[in-house]
Amino acid sequence: MTVGTIRVIEGGLLTTVQDLGRPGYQMLGVSPAGAADEYAFRLANWAVGNPPEAAGLEITLVGPRLLFTSDTLVALTGADLGPVLDGQPLPMWQAVRVRGGSTLAFAGGTRGCRAYLAVAGGIDVPPVLGSRSTDLLGRFGGVDGRALRAGDELPLGQPPPGAPPRPIPPELVPLYPEEVEARVVLGPQEDHFTSEGLRVFLGSPYVVTPQSDRIGLRLEGPAVRHRGRADIISDGMPAGAVQVPQDGRPLVVLANRQTVGGYPKIATVISADLWRLAQLRPGNRVFFRAVTPEEAHRLAIRHWQLWDEDQLAARVRQRTTRWQLTVAGFRYSLSLEESTEE
Amino acid sequence: MYAKPRYLVAGDSSLVVELGEGIDPAVNRRVQGLARLIRERGPAGVVEVVPSYRSVLVYYRPWELPLHALLGWLARVELYESDPGPSRLVRIPVAYGGEFGPDLDEIARFSRLSPEEVVALHSAPEYLVYCLGFAPGFPFLGKVPPEIAMPRLATPRTRVPGGSVGIAGEQTGIYPADSPGGWRLLGRTPLSLFIPHRDPPALLKPGDRVRLVPVSAREFREWEERARRHGPEALWDEVVVEGGEGGG
Repeated sequence: MTVGTIRVIEGGLLTTVQDLGRPGYQMLGVSPAGAADEYAFRLANWAVGNPPEAAGLEITLVGPRLLFTSDTLVALTGADLGPVLDGQPLPMWQAVRVRGGSTLAFAGGTRGCRAYLAVAGGIDVPPVLGSRSTDLLGRFGGVDGRALRAGDELPLGQPPPGAPPRPIPPELVPLYPEEVEARVVLGPQEDHFTSEGLRVFLGSPYVVTPQSDRIGLRLEGPAVRHRGRADIISDGMPAGAVQVPQDGRPLVVLANRQTVGGYPKIATVISADLWRLAQLRPGNRVFFRAVTPEEAHRLAIRHWQLWDEDQLAARVRQRTTRWQLTVAGFRYSLSLEESTEE
Repeated sequence: MYAKPRYLVAGDSSLVVELGEGIDPAVNRRVQGLARLIRERGPAGVVEVVPSYRSVLVYYRPWELPLHALLGWLARVELYESDPGPSRLVRIPVAYGGEFGPDLDEIARFSRLSPEEVVALHSAPEYLVYCLGFAPGFPFLGKVPPEIAMPRLATPRTRVPGGSVGIAGEQTGIYPADSPGGWRLLGRTPLSLFIPHRDPPALLKPGDRVRLVPVSAREFREWEERARRHGPEALWDEVVVEGGEGGG
C-alpha cells in the first residue's frame, strides 16, 4: 500500500513541520525548536494513534490550504483558526477520516495563535539531528528549514499497524482566553532588578506585540527596571525564561529560542503554563504571578503526567461526573461513572 | 572562581550552576569539566547540559530527578576536580580586510594602528572556545588583545555573510551562516562551521582552542574550490589538529 502526501496549495502565514524538538545539541548552539504549544501538539498525535514523537504541522494565525492525495486520518488541535474540509467545518480535538482528494482550508479565527495538524503516520520529512522540527533560525529541518509554501509536497509515514483513533478526554480541551495568568519562578537573575522592578513585573499587565514569533513573546507594558547594567555574561536559556533588555520590556522565550543569552532573566515561566503563552496573539494580555520552586515542581509533575499514555487511556475509559445536591439542609454527593469499552 | 558553586533556580526543569565571575579561562575549564562529568556520569533524569562562559545550565525531568536529588549529586561531585577532556587545536584560515572584512579599516582607526598590525594582533592569540550560541555552531572566542577590542556596531547589519569573523569588545566570533549581526567584521573564513546533516554538526566544541591563520584572497578561493569539490566537511579534517600543541 502506498502512503499518500499532503500537497501545499497555499502556505498560510507561517506553517512549519514540527515535532517534540531537537534536544541534545544546545551546547553547539542548536535551538531545541519543536512545537511551541506542546500540549495541543501531543493531543493531536494521541488522537490519530501516533507515537508522541511523530511530526505534524504547526499553523500560525492564518492557515494554509492543503490537499490530501490519499485517504488518511487527521486531527486538528490548538487554536480554532476556522478549519474547513471540502467546504464543511472540520471538528477539532478528534480524529477525522479524510478522503483522498480532499482539501483542508482555514476561514480564520479570533482566539489562540497556533493550530496543530497530526496525520496518521506523521509527516515523514527526513530527520536532521534526530528531529523533523523546522529550525527557522538555523534554517534546517522540516522542509529545507523554512515555512511551507505553495508547491511543497509532504510525504506521510506509514501509520502504525492497528493504531486506532483515540478520543481526547474532553476535560483536557483548553480554552484560549485573551488574557492569561502565567505562573513563574523568580530567577535565575532576579537580583539584577530593583524591588520596584520586581513589583512592576508581577503587578502589571503585559500586551503581546506583533513582533512576537516562535523565538519568543515580545511584550509591551510598564518598564521593568534593572539595578545596574542590563547585560550579564551570556548563559544558558531555558524555555520560558523572561529576559529583560535595557528598555525594560520583557521577552518570554519559546521553542525556537537561542541557546544562550546575554540579558538578565527575571523569572522563568513554569512548564505547566508555558503552552498557554504560545497561544497568545498580538494584543492579548498576560499577568505574571510568582510561585515557589516547590509549587512549580508539583505542578510540573502533574502537568507531565498528563502525557502518560496509560493515564490518558484510563481517562478515556472512565469519566466520572459528580453532582452535589442540598436537600432539606443535608448535602448529598452523587457520582456517575461512564465507561467506554473499546 | 567561586569557592562554592552558586545554584540558581531556572524554572521547574532547569538549574544554573555558576562557577565563577567574569570571562576567565580557568573558570571556563571547570565549566567544561562539570558539563562533561554530568553528560557522562550524571544522574538519571538529566536531559541536557549547556555549558557557557562561567556556568552550566542543567535541564532535568523533575518527576524523575527531584531538585534536591540533583543538588545532592552536584554537592558530592564538587569534591572532585573534573577533567574537561582532551582539548583540540583547530587552525581556521581567515582572509582579512577588503570584501572579506569591511570593518578592518575602522578597527585600525579605532586602535590607531595599521590594518596589517590589527591583523597581526587578531591572529596572534591561541583563542579558547568559551561556548557556542547565538546561532548553530557560532563560537564565542576570547580574548581579543585589548588594543583592538572595539565594541559592536550601534545598529546591527541586517545581513552578515556566513564565514565572517567579527569582534565585539574582547570577544571574537565566526558567523557560520548568513544572518543579521552587530559584530565588527575584519575577515572571513572559507570553512563551513556548521553542517546540519553531519553529526556532530559543528566544527568547534566548547573547550577547543583556535588559531586564526591569515590567508590571501587567492588561497581563500582555493579553499572554497576544495569545499565545492569534496564537500565542506572534507575541510574539517584538514584544520583539526587533535590535541596538537600549536604546530600541525
